[in-house]
Amino acid sequence: MKLLFNIAWTHVSSRVRQTLVGMAGVAMGVGFTIMMAGLMQGSQLDFLRQLVDTMPHITIEDERRSVPTQPADQEYGAVQMSDIANVGKRPGIKYPESVMSSLRSWIPGDVAPSAKTTAIINHGGARIGITLSGIDTRREVQVSKLASQMREGKLDDLSRAPNGIIMGEALAEKLGVKTGNTVLLIGGQGIQLNSTVAGLFRSGLKRVDESQIYSLMGPAQVMMGQSGVVNQLRLRLNDPMLAQKVAAQVEAQTGYKSVSWQEANADLLSSFTVRDFIVLTVMGAMLLTSSFATYNIISTITHEKRQDIAIMKSLGMREYAVRRIFIIEAAIIGLVGILFGWILGYLLCYGWSKITIFNPLTGTTVPLQIYYSLMHYVVVGGISLVCCAGAAYFPARKATCVHPVDIIRGAS
Amino acid sequence: MTEVALQAVELVRRIEGAVSHTLVNGIDLAVNKGEFVAITGPSGSGKSSLLYLLGLLDAPSEGEVIICGQPTSKLSESDRADVRLTKCGFVFQFHFLLPEFTSLDNVLLPMRAAGRMAESEMRERGLALLGSLGLAEHANKRPNALSGGQRQRVAIARALANRPEIIVADEPTGALDTASTEQVFSILRDIADQGQTVVVVTHDPALAARADRRIHIVDGKIAEITERDAGKLVCAAEG
Repeated sequence: MKLLFNIAWTHVSSRVRQTLVGMAGVAMGVGFTIMMAGLMQGSQLDFLRQLVDTMPHITIEDERRSVPTQPADQEYGAVQMSDIANVGKRPGIKYPESVMSSLRSWIPGDVAPSAKTTAIINHGGARIGITLSGIDTRREVQVSKLASQMREGKLDDLSRAPNGIIMGEALAEKLGVKTGNTVLLIGGQGIQLNSTVAGLFRSGLKRVDESQIYSLMGPAQVMMGQSGVVNQLRLRLNDPMLAQKVAAQVEAQTGYKSVSWQEANADLLSSFTVRDFIVLTVMGAMLLTSSFATYNIISTITHEKRQDIAIMKSLGMREYAVRRIFIIEAAIIGLVGILFGWILGYLLCYGWSKITIFNPLTGTTVPLQIYYSLMHYVVVGGISLVCCAGAAYFPARKATCVHPVDIIRGAS
Repeated sequence: MTEVALQAVELVRRIEGAVSHTLVNGIDLAVNKGEFVAITGPSGSGKSSLLYLLGLLDAPSEGEVIICGQPTSKLSESDRADVRLTKCGFVFQFHFLLPEFTSLDNVLLPMRAAGRMAESEMRERGLALLGSLGLAEHANKRPNALSGGQRQRVAIARALANRPEIIVADEPTGALDTASTEQVFSILRDIADQGQTVVVVTHDPALAARADRRIHIVDGKIAEITERDAGKLVCAAEG
């Protein structure tokens, strides 16, 4: 093996320019692929983090996945019923405190109640449809990052202001409202409530910041026309990735529709899958293209070294051993290229992380999010090495298949 | 009893194609251990083809090559490579040294490929071989820093590296001047005198005359065998 390495090293070191070009090709491919992987995963994780931070991990609503079976249906299979209304049913989750204490006994996280309704906010002639969530501030801190997302005021200020509300910065800007101002909330049943803006928050998600308002449970229940009602339980888990599994268990236990954050954002997550596929394809193409540089140099060397190959075979070196020389050459080019590619990739990631971009939709300037992962380096390096070896194998195989006599005769 | 080092039995090499062409046509030959045999003949007579068959560089279409008592026709390509590595040494018309390697590294190449000796032993033997051929001071030079004769001597040293039983040389002096030719032939003669078998293809009748036996090939067949016996040449036309 030492002999093969010596020959391989002699070949690559005697062609400095070609070797450097080959290494540069691999380094560029690896470096830019790592940068793309870091950028892609960084932006994706940042978005998911915002999503997960802003939303409850699981939302239990006072709904069922399917309409309950009617006794007549159960009794007579031929009966068909539709448009059935349970006029006597009171909205909301039954015995919410008992459900919550039962859930707290086993879920890996915490749960908080809320009363959610829709309303119109009226201020200075502007009327905007919003979602109003009544929360228990003491428990809310256990299930959401709302407290840390406050830009003005505090969660506790809700109880200090008359009918206090907290709204998104973007919504406040739209309405021209500041903390301390009074706005008019109009509920679905025509119920009106003068509320004081007790604080502003920013979640980073535009649709939330422009349409979400928080109040204490009381004002929200008043707007719903149902005092004491809790129509939503919100769960926060220690590991957000368990949400789907826990949601299924919660639904099985309570019978209420339990929606994980993944289910609530299924369309968005599926678009991520498509995006991942596209980016992975592009990255694969980059690595493959970079391996062409290796193919080129090994092809050139094997072509130039046909006579040496013939001599080595005539001296008694086996075909696979001669072939291995060129694979080693590719590995040398690949490994050094990958090493420089790693450095380049890291520097590119670092450089990109220093760049800030202005988001006209949110009106904020944020740095590009880069995800640093050792796995990127290992996977990209591994794929690149395989591409290099593959790029060397085919010209090497072709060259070593040549019969030495043909070349010796040709040289004579 | 004389020991046979190399034997060809009904050896045929045919190139198949639209028009098939026979390069070697039913040659029977036995070369004794320590014998120096010269193969001569006009261009295209099949002498190099015969040499490549004898050195296992090429496989016969029919017949058998027996090296040191071992039939080789049924050997795999890998096994043939092993026989070449350990039992045959090759010298070609052009030195065919690896240009990026020094003289010493070129000589060490077959030894390293065989992997039977420690590195220090190999280097010792490589330097001894180069020294015996008058190349001690050129051990660390690359082929492009050597003259034609010196390169060919390095090639001979490389052929001798693994102490092969048989040295096959294809026009080893074809590209050399008179002085170098004489030097190379003397070396090959000495090798044979020391007990190794040497088979040389040459165009030079004066040099062939110094061999123990001269085999003249015409149209792929042995046309004439001339033996040197106690300083007297005995000619025997085949058939």
